[in-house]
Amino acid sequence: MLASWMLAQSDYPIPMTNLTLGHYLFVAAAMFAIGLIGFLTRRNLIIMFLCTELMFQAAGIALVAFSRYHLNHTGETFVIFVLTVAAAEAAMALALVVLLFRRRESLSAEEWGQMKG
Amino acid sequence: MTELATTVWQGLAAAGLGAAEGWGVPPAVPGPMWIGLIPALPLLAVVLCTLCAIFKVKSKLPAWLTVGCLAASFVVTLLMYLNMSGSPMLSTAFTWIDVSWGSERSPRNLHANFGFYIDSLTCLWMLFVTGLATLIALYASEYMSHDVGKGYSRFFAAFSLFVFSMACLVMADNLILLYLGWEGVGLCSYLLIGYFYKKPSAVAAAKKAFIMNRIGDLGLALGIFLIFVKFGTVEYAKLFADGAFKEMLGHAMTGTSESWAKIPWDVKLIPILLMVGAFGKSAQFPLYVWLPDAMEGPTPVSALIHAATMVTAGVFLIARTYAVFQLSPSALTIVAIIGTVTALLAATIGMAQFDIKRIMAYSTVSQLGYMFAGLGVMTSVGACFHVFTHAFFKALLFLACGAVMHGFAGQLDLRKLSGVGKMPGWRIVGITMLVGCLNLAGFPLLAGFWSKDMILAQAFITPGMGLVGWVLLLTAGLTAYYTFRVYFRVFVGPQEHHPGDEAHGHDDHDAHGHGGHGHDDHGHAKADHKHEAHDFHPHPPGWAINLVLVVLAAASFAIIPLTFMGKHGGWVGDMVSHSSAAWSAPGEHHDDHAGHSHAAGDTHSHAGESSRSHDEEKLGTFLGMDPHAVMYYVSGVVGLIGIGVAYRLHLQGRTSAATSRADALLPMLGPIPKWAQNKWYVDEFYHFLFVRPLWVLSHIFHLIDRMLVDGLVNLAGILPRALGATIRPSQSGQLHGYAVAMAGGIGVLLLIVLLVAR
Repeated sequence: MLASWMLAQSDYPIPMTNLTLGHYLFVAAAMFAIGLIGFLTRRNLIIMFLCTELMFQAAGIALVAFSRYHLNHTGETFVIFVLTVAAAEAAMALALVVLLFRRRESLSAEEWGQMKG
Repeated sequence: MTELATTVWQGLAAAGLGAAEGWGVPPAVPGPMWIGLIPALPLLAVVLCTLCAIFKVKSKLPAWLTVGCLAASFVVTLLMYLNMSGSPMLSTAFTWIDVSWGSERSPRNLHANFGFYIDSLTCLWMLFVTGLATLIALYASEYMSHDVGKGYSRFFAAFSLFVFSMACLVMADNLILLYLGWEGVGLCSYLLIGYFYKKPSAVAAAKKAFIMNRIGDLGLALGIFLIFVKFGTVEYAKLFADGAFKEMLGHAMTGTSESWAKIPWDVKLIPILLMVGAFGKSAQFPLYVWLPDAMEGPTPVSALIHAATMVTAGVFLIARTYAVFQLSPSALTIVAIIGTVTALLAATIGMAQFDIKRIMAYSTVSQLGYMFAGLGVMTSVGACFHVFTHAFFKALLFLACGAVMHGFAGQLDLRKLSGVGKMPGWRIVGITMLVGCLNLAGFPLLAGFWSKDMILAQAFITPGMGLVGWVLLLTAGLTAYYTFRVYFRVFVGPQEHHPGDEAHGHDDHDAHGHGGHGHDDHGHAKADHKHEAHDFHPHPPGWAINLVLVVLAAASFAIIPLTFMGKHGGWVGDMVSHSSAAWSAPGEHHDDHAGHSHAAGDTHSHAGESSRSHDEEKLGTFLGMDPHAVMYYVSGVVGLIGIGVAYRLHLQGRTSAATSRADALLPMLGPIPKWAQNKWYVDEFYHFLFVRPLWVLSHIFHLIDRMLVDGLVNLAGILPRALGATIRPSQSGQLHGYAVAMAGGIGVLLLIVLLVAR
């Protein structure tokens, strides 16, 4: 099912045993899809927030996989930064969610429909 | 008219002013600098009165400042008169306009100094302008006393500015400065007519005067432009000495059709354009309607501007550029005809009015018509003499009427006043009014009689102008009638008075300015007044008004001897004939130069000689008699008849103010009195012909403006709005909406990448 070029393992230095890049990407894509669907379908702000984290990490996996595949550290470095930013963002976003909950006594995203731009 | 000019030429030749010597204005000499004080002092008064207005002076200080400055200006004018020499003086305050352009081969230069051209004509005009302005300012100090602390400073500032503008107009040494003064008096006229700016009729009258004047000013401006284009200068001294100008004057004087053909048509147009300007300012026939409405201003303004001085600016313009007016074969004929038509028309309207100030206004228009007719029939002396005498007695008449208006709370209806002259405290007004009326009516041996005579006689003498003479003679009779209609109705007869609508409140002109309490008082008093009409006590004029009236009446007697001074046409005649207005009218020098005529004739061509003898036969006579000799009696009798008719109809047997014998006669005349009372519907005609179409046009343009121009501008505003309204719903504020859109976007992007990558 995966295209043959995805499976073509480069031989050097250490082959990724049985796991190919395709596997990683599949996991990443699956995680992203789960996160996206979760984000779109759920109304609970915390769940939605968790879903965004899921998508983040999916992207991170894909980056690391490609990094390993191409044998340079750019992707990994990038992921370190993304994780840092994501941690900070998580702190803020959760605080925001708490504040919003205090106002409306609800975690539903629909309660915040007046955020028109 | 060609014949007329030829005749004039012969008169000139007889007077020793041949074509070889050119036209008789001596070259100008430099004059003293202090002449500049004459306009400068009124300007100082403007500044001081403005300061008074800024510091909210609550006393009569502005009036005294104005009177002081104007009196000083009059004294300087007297000094100027005493310093006069034979040749005109040029005095330059500073260089005003000096522009050069054009190529090296044909350089053009526009040069106009803020300078003064002082000849006897200037002196004559400035003497009565500053003199009368001083007297009238003194009168106004009392007349305007209701407005002390309110419009008082404004009034005197505008008043002084008027005198400054008039001085610029009269003393200017070039046409540009004259134009400045010309516009300046127009502006001051507007400011002063609209003095009671809370009164809609005053505002309308001010606008009317301004717009009517603007039409004339356009003509004047075009005339000045054309003079510059044709002769390359706007300065009198250079214009009168210009070679091309003199040559054309020579052609005009020769008077044959070939010589007329040598004058370009656009030069012939100059006098016509200048004339339009003069008609506007001096309220002549098509443009006269603003003057009667100008009576909305305070009476001193009517007296100063709309009777004595400003309206004579047109006469002055024509007199100053009299030589230019010789360049057109028809200009002076038109002036004569328009003047005559105006004189008659205004007199007939004046006969049917009931508002005494308005009657005086129409008499002003009528008398201005006389002056123009005088200019038109080639007696600039007569015209200027009439300007001079008229200035005194018309100021007197207006101020007397103003005193009545002041004392009887704005009452001006001659049907509601009677016997005013006999009331206690009103004797001086009555007597001085009589003096003014006699002058205006041309009562024998008074000043107005002599000046009117001079014009009448000349009208009969000048060939082809006989009809003008007859109409003017008829008008003289009508003038006497309507003048004494006012006098017999208002100043003599049984004593009776009804106060005007300004009773019980001094500042009724701005009644809106009252506080609530004052307003209540007002209404209450008015209600009372209806029950007891005799509660009202007229207040007789105070010392300032009486003094001015007496001085003016005395002056109108004092100028009578001037008639007999000097050689031709009295003192005024001497003044005028030593100025640029000098022009010997045919027959005027008959006695003086009978001996010279042969010699003068010899120096000229045979053709000139023959045409001269041909034209001398054409000199008009009055029923076969010499008009100069006979007109004194004729016009005197006509004036007396007019007075007699007025006496019979309006005084004899009259028992109340409202009725007279004339009432019984009116139905016999059919609708004519009503037409005349409605001013021959000229206003309505103008309204229909000009105002209404312009009004419609302006509304059409207003619609176009609103629909098209505003529409385009609004469209530019509406488009982004509409666009925003269409896409605004996508920003629903629903988080999931955004998320779906984002996911969809990613999907689309992926699709594109996949398709393109293939």
